[in-house]
Amino acid sequence: MTIQEIATVLDAKWLSCPEEGQREISTAFASDMMSDVLACVTEDTLLLTGLVNSQSVRTCEMLDVPCVVFVRDKEPLGDALALAREIGLPALKTPYTMFEACARLYMAGLRPVELG
Amino acid sequence: MIIKETYPVKADDMTCAGDVSARIKRHMKRLGIPSSIMRRVSVCTYEAEINLVIHSDGGQIDFEISEDRILVRARDVGPGIPDIDKAMTEGWSTASNEVRNMGFGAGMGLPNMKRNADDFHISSVVGEGTDISMIFNI
Repeated sequence: MTIQEIATVLDAKWLSCPEEGQREISTAFASDMMSDVLACVTEDTLLLTGLVNSQSVRTCEMLDVPCVVFVRDKEPLGDALALAREIGLPALKTPYTMFEACARLYMAGLRPVELG
Repeated sequence: MIIKETYPVKADDMTCAGDVSARIKRHMKRLGIPSSIMRRVSVCTYEAEINLVIHSDGGQIDFEISEDRILVRARDVGPGIPDIDKAMTEGWSTASNEVRNMGFGAGMGLPNMKRNADDFHISSVVGEGTDISMIFNI
């Protein structure tokens, strides 16, 4: 599904790079631990997280993650949002909890990453 | 040798953690390194940089690209690792709660580096520091 469709399913607000809305994503991973994200994400995968510091965005940059969603309406810290804009990373925030956001996306067709 | 760079990494400065890895990734992008290799190198460099920030008293990352391989070497001055086998076990970590609140310290770093590198070597002397070399074939 496209990032715009993801935003719609999550009733999300765009925080950066809305021009990337037509980009396609097929898998998602959810975690507040960037160590786990770095260990498990090996393809173009949506990241859902409650971690709002700049390391969440840095992790996306290292992994070529095409979009990050901050859950529970959490606002990313200023340097995190500035970095997302600088590197061209689409960032969204959703009012839903991590659990509900994942459930909505799974019902809409997103699938988990394959663990090696 | 196409590129040979050395970057210092400061201890305890989580706000800058990842800056060196981002610069290295930009080098690789400019040189057209395949994305699958670039992702593996970036993950390992970032994990190594985070380790220098949270576990050492400071160190450096050497980065070399030649025709057929990429070398990333992370060296630090610091407490060292008393039991490397234990440190290579997934889930084992000595990171503080503060570091965990920043999203790291799950004990995945070293095993993840080993998994992603084509060649991984680690040596450490307690009370002196740790030296990690990783090679990626192009």
